[in-house]
Amino acid sequence: MNQTHPTRETDLSFDESDAAQAESGSPFTPHDAEDVTEMLAAIGADDVEELFDVPEPVRYDGSFGIEGRSERAVRRRLDRTLDANADVVEFLGRGHYSHYVPSVVDSLSLRSEFITSYTQYQPEVSQGFLQVLFEFQSLVTELTGMDVANCSMYDAATALGEAATLADRVRAADGSTILVPDYLRAERRAVLENYADGPGLEIREFPTANGMVDPDALESALGEDVLLVYVENPTTDGVIEEHLDEIGSILEDRETLFCLGSDLLALSLLQNPADVGADVVVGNAGVLGLPNVYGMGIGLFACREEFLRQVPGRLVGASEDADGDRTYTLTLQTREQHIRRERATSNICSNQAWVALRTAIHAAYLGPEGLTALADRCTRLPARLAAELDAIPGVSAPANDAYHFREFTAEIDGDAEAVVSELADRGFAVHRRGDDAIQVCVTETNEEHAAELLETVREVMA
Amino acid sequence: MQRHRQAKWDETESDGHEPLLAEKDLTRHEPSDTYLPDDLTRDGVELPSISEPELVRHYTRLSQMNYGIDSGPYPLGSCTMKYNPKFTEDIAGQPAAAVHPDRDPELAQGTLQVYHELQDYLSRIGGMSAVTLQPPAGAAGELTGILVAKAYHEHNDEGDQREEILVPASAHGTNFASAAMAGYDIVELPADDDGRVDLDALSEAVGDSTAALMLTNPNTLGLFERDIEEIATIVHDAGGLLYYDGANLNALLGRARPGDMGFDVMHFNVHKTFATPHGGGGPGAGPIGVREGLEKFLPSPQVRVDGDEYTLVEPAESIGKVHGSMGNWLVLLKTHAYISRLGDEGLVDTSAKAVLNANYLAERIDLEVPFGPFHHEFVASAGETDAADFAKAMLDNGVHPPTTKWPEIVDEALMTEPTEAESKRSLERLAAAFNAVSEADDDAIAAAPRMTAAKRIDQTTAARDPKLSWQQLSD
Repeated sequence: MNQTHPTRETDLSFDESDAAQAESGSPFTPHDAEDVTEMLAAIGADDVEELFDVPEPVRYDGSFGIEGRSERAVRRRLDRTLDANADVVEFLGRGHYSHYVPSVVDSLSLRSEFITSYTQYQPEVSQGFLQVLFEFQSLVTELTGMDVANCSMYDAATALGEAATLADRVRAADGSTILVPDYLRAERRAVLENYADGPGLEIREFPTANGMVDPDALESALGEDVLLVYVENPTTDGVIEEHLDEIGSILEDRETLFCLGSDLLALSLLQNPADVGADVVVGNAGVLGLPNVYGMGIGLFACREEFLRQVPGRLVGASEDADGDRTYTLTLQTREQHIRRERATSNICSNQAWVALRTAIHAAYLGPEGLTALADRCTRLPARLAAELDAIPGVSAPANDAYHFREFTAEIDGDAEAVVSELADRGFAVHRRGDDAIQVCVTETNEEHAAELLETVREVMA
Repeated sequence: MQRHRQAKWDETESDGHEPLLAEKDLTRHEPSDTYLPDDLTRDGVELPSISEPELVRHYTRLSQMNYGIDSGPYPLGSCTMKYNPKFTEDIAGQPAAAVHPDRDPELAQGTLQVYHELQDYLSRIGGMSAVTLQPPAGAAGELTGILVAKAYHEHNDEGDQREEILVPASAHGTNFASAAMAGYDIVELPADDDGRVDLDALSEAVGDSTAALMLTNPNTLGLFERDIEEIATIVHDAGGLLYYDGANLNALLGRARPGDMGFDVMHFNVHKTFATPHGGGGPGAGPIGVREGLEKFLPSPQVRVDGDEYTLVEPAESIGKVHGSMGNWLVLLKTHAYISRLGDEGLVDTSAKAVLNANYLAERIDLEVPFGPFHHEFVASAGETDAADFAKAMLDNGVHPPTTKWPEIVDEALMTEPTEAESKRSLERLAAAFNAVSEADDDAIAAAPRMTAAKRIDQTTAARDPKLSWQQLSD
């Protein structure tokens, strides 16, 4: 080698530690030493420590034992950590669904004027987000057929909890019972129990048949004490409810609210809640706008006009400004905790507004035709997959004789736990349902793996 | 001084700004050839049908009519509107972060490791024994914490007897609402002349019926509750628990820990203290921490580590669940990234600069600040001017105004929290905005704002005749 730059001694060594290149102090505080000196002089203090009026016995020395890292080191470390999530194809659903999120959703929702803003306490300077939320409310209004939609709850479970307390406020039934179907997910029920705890509501289950409501069983479970009946369409077992009209008729003349749980994609195709007599619609709106991100979502909440002043959460309304132009603003805030305190309709303050933005963009991207077509596909895919699974010896699918949306349960001969575990080892995640059933969810994001799944199930069941 | 002319897109045909999507196009689509029989489907949906380029322009224009932290200072008191580092979005956006909540724990070890590490970080920062990350917002954290307190009293067979929660008058509205949601009666505590908890009033109010005292420290005036040890003794001697509202934790990072002050239960507002974006109103996350002995009441599941395997565990006397899954995962992931970026030194520097900035700003404005010494925020008085009007006039100067008219202990309150992320120069611009308004005449204030996308908005009509959707606009 023709060495024109001879090696010289250097004290550089390769730093492989995660702490490499970490700054002292916070990288997000703009002050240099001179700034601090001038600011302290203006305040009349010698040292920043003087500004802390904290008695000695409760002072802390700041040694949490948390090591600071460079941006790159944090990213590398968390990338490596998350890589420990197994690389499996998910056929999972049960209230949390994966649909393809188009790139415009990230691109637009990450615009910093949106994501770095907060609740629109100053509407004049927040018209953009207010219009987004107004359009979101309009979308939910259209798809639920309800008169009023708020601009988000945390998730489907907390939205159901809020519906129960709404029923308690607006209904004068003799008792305080919330009637839920036996198929209600344990997690949703557990959240509902906590919302019911304060007002002293009692949760009672009614039996269902073939994965859907048995109107006779519902009617006999009803009493004068029931504030609200909750029904899902589709259920988290994937069953499309076939008795909504009858349920509506049963509840029509009672002091009992009819609360329907659904999601925005299913609502694009399935029966309009308003047409079957629903009073409140809750559910997960995040099926549009978010992939499966460990259950983070956005709660849907819509209801009939007569409950408007008892609605929980934020509402955006149209108004006029001083020029007479149409504008948008948070409205009916006297329902809310920052005004009404302990008499507020809910304690919710921060909500899921940014997810509402994403949901609105995704829905607008699909449009009415795209939404309906995708929803229709969500009825065909599970039917097809169930039929193919049913052809495998030892598998009976779907377990319920019904139409399905995205997912279905399948009965299997043998130990479901072992089958699910074996499938996971071979790269597929499905739900175990008890000792002898599994649940499989199929959408446009995993259908290309359906053939492999079928082949693998065939091998595992053999 | 700086000026700010906000973008405003309008079309004369739409009697306002950027038309609604529904005003650009509204298409009715009726499904045909569906797999489902007609009696299980709806007649159709009527929604906007627009192309991707139009969609992008629509939302881009709306974003231009919105003010965020990246636009300028946003000193909303008790909201901690600090800079949101961008790298956390890249981490949250990676495909490995997108996993289903019902995965067997074995298949979600990466996600569970992040949960476990963040539980640990927050335990250290709060001086708490254990942390749950499940509550999806600060208010949800409050409800969770109060349900833990309730479970504790029920465990001690004092559930029926302890039916009151004490809340200082100056507390956040959510404290009252959360305690009421959990079924408690609220006892409001007056402040003393210094703006802190009145110890005599507290001693008078506590007793056998006290379940807990909810306290923010520093309080909403930015004042540290110096008597915190005595407060803790009074509440504990009466058999009650002490609850810490973490909204103002940014002031104390590394300087004092709620656990060391005697708090039994606390919540963190990670979107405030740990810089996850506020997203136009959320999502945030409101993890709670508890002292030793209360872990068994925490929501289910908790993430534990067993050897090198992360598992999900139901605490022995768990209150159950407060979110359908494990809370706002992406927000928690960004929180983890922020904390591990800063480390001890960065966290301590954060509170130092937050408190320095608030003090410097207060020094530079020509308004009375009646209470002190304050920390990360202060409450100035707009004096003879209505604080809400004062705020509108500030908008024309390229800043977001403070929280207004609250806490009520200060007349025409301007509750101001600049955060550590504003530079000296930016604080001076912000002070100039305050001072310009304090010198403006009444007519100028009444005419403001003039430079924003919307002029002063009529709130009364909006509430009297609510129009909450495009469908109702045409009613």
